[in-house]
Amino acid sequence: MHGYGRTTASLLFLAGLVVMLYALFQALPFGAAPMQVGQEIVSRAPGETGAANIVTAILLGYRGFDTLGEVTILFVAATAAGLILSGAGAGDLPKAPGGFILKAAADLLFPFLVVLGAYIILHGHLTPGGGFQGGAIMAAAFFIPLLASPTSPLNHSTAALVEGFAGTAFIVIGLASLMWGEAFLTPFLGKGTLGDLFSAGSLPLLYLAIGLKVGSELAGLMARIVEVGGKS
Amino acid sequence: MLWLVILAVVVMIAAALLTVFLRSYLAAVAAVSVVSLALAVIFALLRAPDVALAEAAVAAGLSGVLLALTVRRTGLWRSDAGDGKK
Repeated sequence: MHGYGRTTASLLFLAGLVVMLYALFQALPFGAAPMQVGQEIVSRAPGETGAANIVTAILLGYRGFDTLGEVTILFVAATAAGLILSGAGAGDLPKAPGGFILKAAADLLFPFLVVLGAYIILHGHLTPGGGFQGGAIMAAAFFIPLLASPTSPLNHSTAALVEGFAGTAFIVIGLASLMWGEAFLTPFLGKGTLGDLFSAGSLPLLYLAIGLKVGSELAGLMARIVEVGGKS
Repeated sequence: MLWLVILAVVVMIAAALLTVFLRSYLAAVAAVSVVSLALAVIFALLRAPDVALAEAAVAAGLSGVLLALTVRRTGLWRSDAGDGKK
């Protein structure tokens, strides 16, 4: 009885999905861009923002306010998870240390992951990637040693400090462009030469702030889940 | 390139089916990560390296770890001998 209801619900959901996708693909001619704004941005972005990576130009130059909202959503989600987990009776179980392979790999991987994350964050305006991807890699760099030896926990106050500082820096950079008489989060500091490390004005600074914020947030969140411990 | 995409799609579908049918929760989590990894390869082949990086770092890496931790937290971690039986 129970199983039938579940199957019926799944089938109904699947049918609805098929109808929705069918309607969507009927309305869109295949291979034709539904909006013309993309071509315009692609042709104008490198000259206007000085960022060689057009995705970064859109994410921080043209849609910086959306990115601020994105960062805020991540912050709220991490805060909510932290609130729920902090009340769950932390550290009542002995933590088994990781095996030899995990320990050796954690020691070996840590410097490389930190360098890779920093590279992806700092070159966000030149090469693919940026604050979000690099931040996730940074979080992994600080999280893997935690898996290998759970007895040395992550310093949560430092992570919270970095996170708060980075979040404030993003908004301060956004406010700073008001001093030049521009709108909130308008890129400033000059464009520089296309393709240089120090180019694209304030976009690399914004991505650095995002990278630090995302990295410390995710590392803190996962460390908290580990600290709460498991039942097995 | 077309063959690489087809290979990645086949790997993706196989891993997705494995996710549903594997009895061990930990193995299912690993299969979900494989789905994301194959999707990242497809994104890279379609010249969307930004999306591929995000998919590999977040979906294949972090959410895999998050799911594995959740499996452990809920006491469903059966990585020792005799896995597959609940």
